[in-house]
Amino acid sequence: MAIEVRIPTILRSYTGGEKAVDASGDTLAELVEDLESNHPGIKERLLEGEELRRFVNVYVNDEDVRFAGGLEAPVSDGDQVVILPAVAGG
Amino acid sequence: MVRPRVSLPADEQLRSSYLCPRRLGGVLSIDRATYDAIVAHARRDHPDEACGIVAGPEGSDRPERFVPMVNAAGSPTFYEFDSTELLELYKEMWDRDEEPVVIYHSHTATEAYPSRTDIGLANEPAAHYVLVSTREHGNSDGPVEFRSYRIVDGRVTEEEVRIVSSATSS
Repeated sequence: MAIEVRIPTILRSYTGGEKAVDASGDTLAELVEDLESNHPGIKERLLEGEELRRFVNVYVNDEDVRFAGGLEAPVSDGDQVVILPAVAGG
Repeated sequence: MVRPRVSLPADEQLRSSYLCPRRLGGVLSIDRATYDAIVAHARRDHPDEACGIVAGPEGSDRPERFVPMVNAAGSPTFYEFDSTELLELYKEMWDRDEEPVVIYHSHTATEAYPSRTDIGLANEPAAHYVLVSTREHGNSDGPVEFRSYRIVDGRVTEEEVRIVSSATSS
């Protein structure tokens, strides 16, 4: 089962420069674990403890997962996941 | 004196420092119309922070397409692109093979220098981070501070801002 995950520039050091990688899982949490097993270190950049980091946005098929169950959001074959760091500051 | 880690032949060192005195800081070249649009946006949104980007062809370092964004935080001390608009913006850039060449925002009560928050949240190492301060004149005309930085791994490097008469590409 393959789900395409779009990787932002800042995290491409974990994917050997790849802009998109395939991953699998039934939920976003499982997908993150699968990403971590192939790209060690990336999980820490996405999660803080058991939560998505406040300034990391993750979209499943264009929907911000914050409004779709967070890490429990279901994902399946053919879905497109996009990771984008927030553009924010003070 | 700080010794370079990789030492170049003496004449090479001399030449590079002579030709590129600000090589480490780099330069932001931006056309007048885009510069003015950023300043106008900052004035209009004062006392809240204004924010946006200037996109350009990937790898070109040319800020060509001005894209003002809504500050979803609507705050005088914080800015954040709305998450849905952020995705739309990036998808549009991917379709056009663009990247954010400039990411700008305003400070409305402090100087045009990256705050600790700005540094912590800077996630585009290839972008020029432009800071505009409207603290002097607010919504009115008058000079504004307009400064540009690279922010990489928490390190801030100011760079020269060079205003060019117009975009060179057609």
